Amino acid sequence: MKKIINQPDQVVDQMLKGFVYANGELVKRVPNTTVIVQKHKEKNKVALVSGGGSGHEPAHAGFVGKGMLTAAVAGEVFTSPSPDQVLEGIKAADNGAGVLLIIKNYTGDVMNFEMAKELAEAEGIVVEQLIVDDDIAVEDSTHTAGKRGVAGTVIVHKILGAAADLGMSLTDMKALGDELVKQVKSIGVALTAATVPEVGKPGFSLADDEMEYGVGIHSEPGYHRTKVKSSSAIAEELVSKLKQAFDFQSGETYGLLVNGLGATPLMEQYIFLHDVEKQLANEDVSVAFKKVGALMTSLDMNGVSLTLVKLEQDWLKLWQHPVDVTDW
Amino acid sequence: MLTVDNTKAWLERFADKIETNKAYLSELDSVIGDGDHGNNMARGVKAMKEKLSEEDYAQPEEVLKDASMALLSKIGGASGPLYGSALLAMSKQAGQDSADLHAIIKAGLEGITKRGKAEVGEKTMVDVWSPVVEHLAEGTVTIEDVQDSVEATKELKASKGRASYLGERSLGELDPGAVSSGFLFEAMIEGEIIDE
Repeated sequence: MKKIINQPDQVVDQMLKGFVYANGELVKRVPNTTVIVQKHKEKNKVALVSGGGSGHEPAHAGFVGKGMLTAAVAGEVFTSPSPDQVLEGIKAADNGAGVLLIIKNYTGDVMNFEMAKELAEAEGIVVEQLIVDDDIAVEDSTHTAGKRGVAGTVIVHKILGAAADLGMSLTDMKALGDELVKQVKSIGVALTAATVPEVGKPGFSLADDEMEYGVGIHSEPGYHRTKVKSSSAIAEELVSKLKQAFDFQSGETYGLLVNGLGATPLMEQYIFLHDVEKQLANEDVSVAFKKVGALMTSLDMNGVSLTLVKLEQDWLKLWQHPVDVTDW
Repeated sequence: MLTVDNTKAWLERFADKIETNKAYLSELDSVIGDGDHGNNMARGVKAMKEKLSEEDYAQPEEVLKDASMALLSKIGGASGPLYGSALLAMSKQAGQDSADLHAIIKAGLEGITKRGKAEVGEKTMVDVWSPVVEHLAEGTVTIEDVQDSVEATKELKASKGRASYLGERSLGELDPGAVSSGFLFEAMIEGEIIDE
């Protein structure tokens, strides 16, 4: 394992210190917690709180700021933060108009955030929760913990963050979120696995000439392992899976996110996006918004994911709403 | 019957077993999970031991409550709420009747299933807790009973938690949460808490 770290068990704390030093104008850390909160909060707007295990940077602290998240709670690497930390995040974020929790669908995250919600409600804070499960690679979702929450979560941050900024109520945001989550679908491919600092070796092994479709952001196994393919062949596979999941209809409008998983250069992400464009050109749907970059990573995993969002009503306006965060 | 001393000794013995087997638990988890169960549990039991050594307790339920809070806030992931909920429910039950170990462990199991929604046979810690409750209902539970339950998780296919994404590939592997729960019950039996 080659990493620029000190003690493997101190990576989260030391990362947060660096993050706050870099972005002190925009955010602050709640003392003695792993909570990053907006420095200049606006009263009477619904607060958005997300978080989860670390190792997915810039998710989630990089999306704290005006127009996206109010606070982000960081757990240990690939490990959900505990209820007391999430509670601190909820308390720090609350502007008096209620708090919406955005949770990636993993067993640990759901349990810890739900316990935090119960604790916050006991303290008189109004809290709603939204569980994002955009990973269509999970085929057998009834006999598993369900579809996982991956890169599409960032789009949920963006659209709901805009809604909150425009003054939407908590009840309306919860309803919007429930509709939105159904229209966000993602699928990825990994060329190498991520190495968790405290573990010291990759989470699974792939031969030099192999890749795997559908791997999760904590190295959960995917649905098909194969020899490494060209960018255009990968785009063909991922678009076909999404096409099937959405059941593309003529005239629909989509937004897309090409997300780097950590070790894949931006050059390759753009090459892949160009191939996605060519695949989608064969379909009778339009793409109104494109976003490229490493937004939901898996440490040093080499790979990309593709997220499509079927846009309804005025979601595009929310997607385009200006933000002041470090990493959108 | 639970007392302050035997409850503390039980949990400290559990902590020692976790610390000794930290690498083993992570190794098991790297096969069907993400390889951090040992590290996460070790972080939790370390905090628990520190907390228990700082306080003077009058009742065993207070020991269990502090242990619950330490595990809940330090383990993280899914295991934190599950062990935390188990010990919190056990603390409540011990407050009612500290002599009835069967009722206390049963309450712990209910704490786990309420939080995690897992049932018997889904390759989780429930597959160790549930047989222990059944054995205690009949009188006693032995180290061998516990180890048999842990070993039996090899034959189960995971349908809860992160291992569920492996499907058939989870067959033949031990469940790390079942193994760590096994240590809890081995520590309980070695601590001679069960009234014969």
